[in-house]
Amino acid sequence: MKITPDTGWKKLPQGGVILEAGNAEQYITGSWRTFRPIRDEQKCTNCLLCWIHCPDSSIIVENAKIVGIDYDHCKGCGICAEVCPPRIKAITMVEERKTDDLK
Amino acid sequence: MGKLISMEGNQAAAEAMRQINPDVVAAYPITPQTEVVQTFAQFVADGRVDTEFITVESEHSAMSACVGAAAAGTRVMTATSANGMALMWEILYIAASTRLPIVMALVNRALSANINIHCDHSDSMGARDAGWIQLYCENSQEVYDTLIQAVRIAEHPQVRLPVMVCYDGFIISHAVECLKLLEDKEVQEFVGEFKPVNSLLDIAHPHTFGPLDLYDFYFEHKRQQIEAYGPAKQVIVEIGKQFSALSGREYGLFEGYRLQDARLAIVLLGSAAGTAKEAVDRLRADGLPIGLLKLRAFRPFPSEELIQLLGGFEAVAVLDRAVSFGATAGPLFTEISSALFRADRRPLLVNYIYGLGGRDIDIEDIQKVGEELERTAERGKTEQLVDYVSVRE
Ligand code: SF4
Ligand code: SF4
Repeated sequence: MKITPDTGWKKLPQGGVILEAGNAEQYITGSWRTFRPIRDEQKCTNCLLCWIHCPDSSIIVENAKIVGIDYDHCKGCGICAEVCPPRIKAITMVEERKTDDLK
Repeated sequence: MGKLISMEGNQAAAEAMRQINPDVVAAYPITPQTEVVQTFAQFVADGRVDTEFITVESEHSAMSACVGAAAAGTRVMTATSANGMALMWEILYIAASTRLPIVMALVNRALSANINIHCDHSDSMGARDAGWIQLYCENSQEVYDTLIQAVRIAEHPQVRLPVMVCYDGFIISHAVECLKLLEDKEVQEFVGEFKPVNSLLDIAHPHTFGPLDLYDFYFEHKRQQIEAYGPAKQVIVEIGKQFSALSGREYGLFEGYRLQDARLAIVLLGSAAGTAKEAVDRLRADGLPIGLLKLRAFRPFPSEELIQLLGGFEAVAVLDRAVSFGATAGPLFTEISSALFRADRRPLLVNYIYGLGGRDIDIEDIQKVGEELERTAERGKTEQLVDYVSVRE
């Protein structure tokens, strides 16, 4: 059965067990973020170091190239900006409240 | 029908475990439980059970392994005492909240400090809010019988909760008593085959156990868990009846002794019930209208049933083998008094703390409690709410 934010205790699976595989995706952890990683496409060499280090699988890759960041799930930990090679530094962490104009 | 045999309480527990033949046992030895694990390990070594016996480095690991094995979808048992269970603490709650039907023999022993290996109920009473069903035993026969019933109670579809079978350290665990054993086949048929719910090993249907659960769902999960304890009461009674049909021995939520025409009652848990029955007989011979209520199920607590049974009594003495530091009285007393608060006719209540750290309680001690209870009833009021049996001033 489908569990929604309105589901009451009588309908929940026993013992707090999650019966559906891979449903962490439905949890929008992006709302926890205070700093947003912004990638400069011009500087990025697509070395994919950020992709392999991102703990939330939020660096989106297609055909071995970064195509974007999943802001619904990125928690803003800044690991990607940290591991991006020093001479490249393609990712900048920008305070969320200063990102309005970037949207 | 099985045979009459004399053995120690711990051996009786191990014998019940052998006949149940659980899939997994994870346990760590601690006095006075040691012999349960030692005897069962021998059964494993001798190939007399099919159990996967996990030797662990601590009780925290023992209960963690039990949780993992139960979530994987197997029948799991363990045993511990006192400080050992204290080390399991965190995982006790996880086992109950995840609704895993683990059965544990808890050989009651005093908690440190100071270090004491003898009996009191401070270990199980401390864990009374962990979500485990708690059943207390009077003697080895009850330990053996209750462990077998506990498997069925824990695994019942309307319950799915872990069960703690509590029995008094040394007094029961190390005393040799005569008891009747069932045949292996009878026990196997009674417990039946284990039917897992939501098995971790069911790779066609991947499940997540114990996930992060914040303000949006945790409360609903707790609310749901609370509901399991009502049916658990009925299941304890129902399984008790089925076991009686098999063994001829009666089991329910409690046992009343000479209560029918009584106006005074003593309430307690565990092995002291045997002593109290003799005290009741002697007091009756002296003309005192007194009876005994030996509570078997402490969790779930049979409030409604006790209102029916004890409401209308003139005075009731509750004997606690544990303290709740800083509380109004002992843990059994506060539970009984809050239940009886709703009785139409409330009895006068007194609390006695006894037997801490293995201090003996004898027949004369309980006779004195009975005589004092009669004076309380005559006075029509409780003068001293909490008193202590056999403690030096
Ligand atoms: S900030 Fe952290 S979570 Fe977000 S994309 Fe970078 S590494 Fe991933
Ligand atoms: S680590 Fe830096 S350079 Fe490498 S792919 Fe990520 S953003 Fe591009």
